[in-house]
Amino acid sequence: MPNGILVFAEHRGGAFNKTSFEAVAAAQQLGASLGQPVSAVVLGTDAALASQVAAYKLDKVVSVEHPKLADYTPDGYADAMERAVRALDPQFVIMPHTYLVRDYAPKLAARFGKDLISDCVRASVSDGAVTFSRRIFQGKIDADVVANGEPPVFATFQSGAYRADQAERGGEAAAVESLPVEVGEVRMQPEEPFQEVKQAVDLTKADTIIAIGRGIKGQEHIALAQQLADLLGGEIAASRPICDAGWLPIDRQIGSSGQTVTPKLYIALGISGAIQHLVGMKNASTIVAVNKDPEAPIFDIADYGIVGDLFEVIPVLTEEIKKLKG
Amino acid sequence: MKIIVLMKQVANKDAILRINKSETWIEEGDLSHEVNESDGYALEEALRLKEKHGGGEVVVCSLGPQRVKSVIKDALARGADRAIHVVSDDTAQLGPYAAAKVLSEAIKDEQADLVLTGLQSDDNGYAQTGVILAELLGLPHATIVIEVDASGEGLRVKRELESGWYQWYAMTRPALLTIQSGISQIRYATLKGIMAAKKKEIKEVAPNAEALSAAAHQRITKVYFPQKTKQTQFLGDGDAKAGAAQLAEKLRTEARIF
Ligand SMILES: Cc1cc2nc3c(=O)[nH]c(=O)nc-3n(C[C@H](O)[C@H](O)[C@H](O)COP(=O)(O)OP(=O)(O)OC[C@H]3O[C@@H](n4cnc5c(N)ncnc54)[C@H](O)[C@@H]3O)c2cc1C
Ligand SMILES: Nc1ncnc2c1ncn2[C@@H]1O[C@H](COP(=O)(O)O)[C@@H](O)[C@H]1O
Repeated sequence: MPNGILVFAEHRGGAFNKTSFEAVAAAQQLGASLGQPVSAVVLGTDAALASQVAAYKLDKVVSVEHPKLADYTPDGYADAMERAVRALDPQFVIMPHTYLVRDYAPKLAARFGKDLISDCVRASVSDGAVTFSRRIFQGKIDADVVANGEPPVFATFQSGAYRADQAERGGEAAAVESLPVEVGEVRMQPEEPFQEVKQAVDLTKADTIIAIGRGIKGQEHIALAQQLADLLGGEIAASRPICDAGWLPIDRQIGSSGQTVTPKLYIALGISGAIQHLVGMKNASTIVAVNKDPEAPIFDIADYGIVGDLFEVIPVLTEEIKKLKG
Repeated sequence: MKIIVLMKQVANKDAILRINKSETWIEEGDLSHEVNESDGYALEEALRLKEKHGGGEVVVCSLGPQRVKSVIKDALARGADRAIHVVSDDTAQLGPYAAAKVLSEAIKDEQADLVLTGLQSDDNGYAQTGVILAELLGLPHATIVIEVDASGEGLRVKRELESGWYQWYAMTRPALLTIQSGISQIRYATLKGIMAAKKKEIKEVAPNAEALSAAAHQRITKVYFPQKTKQTQFLGDGDAKAGAAQLAEKLRTEARIF
């Protein structure tokens, strides 16, 4: 009889990812509602790493060990996790929806003839049944999802869905158990991670950021937003598609694969508000969104919103600010 | 080099979405569609690899109803050599395992050197189909790929990690890669390409029945617009210009920006 919740704690080179502890919080809350024990699993070469996770209130921490797990590879991780899941036989496997998990966890689930309930923003329990909620259509719609079939159920949670500081710590350290596993052939060799040469603009220091999205329609219209930025002494930035198209250099991209900024003012012009963009700017003090779609997810985090055409808004806004500045 | 590119058709990004009567999906009837964003980049990468490495074949494969033919025809016009259309009317509730299973049955006999997919679909957003497909085909994979070097016997791929970090992987070939948007600039279809596409083969196949009917491991019970959590002050009440004037005032008096 499968039992318990197993949460995957991710680290790179020994440093745990904060979203791992968000996943711990999610698993603990699920465990509390279902009356099920929660254990964590850490992949690596020795148990020292796992002890870092043992401070949390957990039934135990399982250290899955093999020399081939020194560096992350999807082949190595899928093999090791498959064996761990089979050995521990949990009802739920909970993971953070990180780039690393996206890379190997679908392969892991496929070994069980399944897929992941991926990128969830919530889980709720009623009468012992779990409903997961995930965002579809790039954040525009929510879907409630239930799992079918035999356990284990694999689910990943979006960064920010739960708070890491809500992960409960235990009175005394949880027991750490070593689980040596077999790992088969690893067909890829990772090289050292790196950052591109120093960015030409450091947007993290800007007080005001005027960000444009696909709603700007053409490269020739960027000047409009630039004028507004100049007037406010701010920097221009963009969502990913603008940089992908080569309209602005990549060091002006905001989001999960770009820069993370916390300016005093962030004006989003024609940006829909996909989660990968929001993670890069949601902590700005004042957020303004201009979008012609009233349901655009960007409005969910905006302090001020204008539903309308940015080509009508920008010239008037620029003029009015000029007037008020005198 | 033989390269298979998986391309999905999704709702147009600018489409106004409405929820269907049973609240289980969106209203599909009057929607316009386009190619999934990252899949367009996957096709571009396949065409460039073919050109760079002295030929071979680029085969496009799409699973969906007849309307996905427009994605296929556009890919052929841009330079793909032929296409496989796995025809199925109802794919909206197909989970990523089932979709990958159907797609693997459709392409497994092709023995491709490379299979390219997008990294994520813009509608379901599972971010899984490519990786599961790799497992089903027995191929090594890399996800969120932003550069491909196929000059050697194996592959070297540059993967995007979070917050501006990257990593190169050396891997064996054949392989499956999930491509990130922005890997290169997408070409336009030329008139010549559009004409040439008319003569290219589009093979229609039925989805493998067993794969299609396999019980879904996840089922959508309800869809709805997300609950707003923040109290946004909406300005202008539908009048963009009035909103802009009010905003200038608020930025000065409330947010104290200037
Ligand atoms: C692994 C991964 C990493 C990613 N990393 C990033 C990242 O770092 N940064 C990032 O931004 N994205 C990233 N993305 C992409 C992200 O998912 C979205 O696709 C992207 O943010 C959408 O950009 P957008 O809002 O400009 O475009 P769209 O989603 O197309 O939105 C355009 C918006 O403009 C509005 N609009 C159109 N015309 C007008 C007008 N005239 N006036 C007013 N409004 C108008 C529309 O209503 C729409 O809401 C990533 C995706 C993945 C899968
Ligand atoms: N119906 C489909 N037809 C062709 N390719 C698909 C289909 N569904 C998913 N894919 C491919 O799998 C990728 C990831 O999709 P997803 O797992 O839904 O996020 C997409 O970018 C496509 O390349």
